[in-house]
Amino acid sequence: MAELTYRDAVTRAIAQEMSRDPDVIFFGEDVAKPGGVFKTTVGLYEQFGPRRVRDTPISEQAILGAAMGAAMTGLKPIAEIMFSDFFAVCFDYIANEFPKSRYMSNGQLKCPLVVRTANGAGSRFGAQHSQSVENWAMMIPGLKVVAPSTPRDVIGLMAAAVRDPDPVIFFEHKSLYATKGEVPDGEIVDTLGSAKIVRPGKDATILALALMVPRALDAATRLKREHDIDCEVIDVRSLVPLDTRAILGSVARTHRVFTVEENPRLCGWGAEIVSIIADEAFYDLDGPPVRITTPHIPLPAADTLEDLVLPTPDRIVETVRRSLSA
Amino acid sequence: MAKKKNRAPTTALANAGPNDDIGEETRRRLYEVQVIIREAEQRAFDLFLQNLVKGTSHLSLGQEAIAAGFAVAMRPSDLSFCTYRGHAHTLARGVPIEKVLGELMQRDNGLMRGKGGSMHLTSVEHGVMGSYAIIGAHLPIACGAALRAQYKGADDVSVCFFGDGTTNIGAFHEALNFAAVWKLPVVFVCENNLYMEYTPIGEVTAVAHPAADRASAYGLERIVIDGNDADAVYRVAQTAFARARAGEGPSLIECLTYRHSGHSRADPAKYRPEGELERWKERDPIKIYRERLIQFGFEETAIAAIEANVRRMVEDATATCKAAAPPAVEILFSDVYADGGWAWRN
Ligand SMILES: Cc1ncc(C[n+]2csc(CCOP(=O)(O)OP(=O)(O)O)c2C)c(N)n1
Ligand SMILES: [Mg+2]
Repeated sequence: MAELTYRDAVTRAIAQEMSRDPDVIFFGEDVAKPGGVFKTTVGLYEQFGPRRVRDTPISEQAILGAAMGAAMTGLKPIAEIMFSDFFAVCFDYIANEFPKSRYMSNGQLKCPLVVRTANGAGSRFGAQHSQSVENWAMMIPGLKVVAPSTPRDVIGLMAAAVRDPDPVIFFEHKSLYATKGEVPDGEIVDTLGSAKIVRPGKDATILALALMVPRALDAATRLKREHDIDCEVIDVRSLVPLDTRAILGSVARTHRVFTVEENPRLCGWGAEIVSIIADEAFYDLDGPPVRITTPHIPLPAADTLEDLVLPTPDRIVETVRRSLSA
Repeated sequence: MAKKKNRAPTTALANAGPNDDIGEETRRRLYEVQVIIREAEQRAFDLFLQNLVKGTSHLSLGQEAIAAGFAVAMRPSDLSFCTYRGHAHTLARGVPIEKVLGELMQRDNGLMRGKGGSMHLTSVEHGVMGSYAIIGAHLPIACGAALRAQYKGADDVSVCFFGDGTTNIGAFHEALNFAAVWKLPVVFVCENNLYMEYTPIGEVTAVAHPAADRASAYGLERIVIDGNDADAVYRVAQTAFARARAGEGPSLIECLTYRHSGHSRADPAKYRPEGELERWKERDPIKIYRERLIQFGFEETAIAAIEANVRRMVEDATATCKAAAPPAVEILFSDVYADGGWAWRN
């Protein structure tokens, strides 16, 4: 057991997989010699050398296209897109190429790759370097989509993603990079498609992802202490495949559900989950499902403004308390 | 193959004797492949008129020499990356005609059993690593396949075909730079048929030669060839492949050609100036190559036998496809994910 930052967990995860499988290669902008703009890949270049860890030009389409071509023909590339907002300049690969090649070719083509990217707000970078875009990936058939919230999950889910035979979009949260957590020694491998109950509870279920997980946990502690409301917090971890069994099972026990999403309001991941709950667990509910989201606006840069729009523990506490006492 | 200094003739002339660098068997094959493409494409058009080819289709009538020249110069391990105008390149790699026509007719016997359609022909066993219908998308993908070859020390070459219009999209420029910087064994082949869809390429491009005039920006040699002369294509392909296999990096080749039909099946091509098509038909690659064979001493009867054999193949393929069932409904939900299924939840 050792305490590790989320940032260092990224490095360890990539190193774990590159040590294990010589077909794993890693490339992106400023990732090799500079070690990444978020310093998430420091030392990989030195450890694995210039053939396996490479700096690319500022060419997001070339990065993702090359990852796909390498994956189709036998490698297991990990490609970095520096900020997830930049998916918009290479979205063809994410939306049209990776996820459809297997289907269109009737199973002839494969695409085992991982795109890792820094997602999410909290860094005061403004509207084009702060978005949470996991919902952009969730809506596309053929992709798998994960977003870890802890250093341990970074390693376990990265290992699962690299070993997975499908294209996986791996969202790291940039506001979590400095956070710390206990990580066991040795190899860690998780499974895609499993949610985790990170705090059991009986009065309500709170579903959260990435940065929203520690905020939901914080809120749950206060709800118990200040209002005697006992919340179950589920870290969804994987949007595709989605662990609906864990989610529906929890709702069946608590009879209330809240989602905490960093996505802007419309078509955030919680909307899909709430619709599944409405379809399949309506009669388990004692009250309406409630979505706690970022309002439907571009993200502002100023710290005081950004802090107002992201769901906070305060807002979660207030929303849950009011909703349960209604 | 030896590395030649002067690797790409601007216009290669097939003027050597019968024992020249290309040789009899290769010439026979170059002709046969062109005739296969011509006859199969013509058949695809006829079947469209009978409402038996559905969806869209983009023919390579008039552009056969490029597909034939490159494919015949390839080794079985080399990889082709095509566009929606990819029937020709798929056939040229040896994919059976009935598999191609079956996909165009959206039957169960098609290459992808109707799941891809005419714009996405793929046959991995023949090295056809997909046909891509988003302009420019496959240039970076070909770079990735070449990166794998370089990484593994394999000597295969990735060959990427695209049109003149594709030189104006960002992915073209990203891929060219990427391939040049990493010295990837990839060959970019621009089939300049003078039109991007319905607009003359010259009206929307800053340079006269949309691919070749950009080559120097990526440190590459400027290469323009007669894309209607299969010998010229074959020679330039050999040179580029040798360079790629020798670790000398990518090539960008602009092949001048012309499509005899419209852009896609729905296009009557009214935007062409009068006489342009007729002038290019005089330079029909099949006509040119038939004369070439005669010039190199092929018997008329031998040439006619090649043609008759291809026509029979196309007839047989047509009959097979007409008798084929529509795709099995079960495949609708297969192969979304690698486990063979489509499950996104438990
Ligand atoms: C990104 C993108 N933009 C536009 C189109 C629509 N489109 C399909 S083919 C084509 C023309 C391409 O011209 P060119 O590259 O010269 O190829 P050609 O069809 O002449 O072989 C266009 C504009 C597309 N498929 N993808
Ligand atoms: Mg064109």
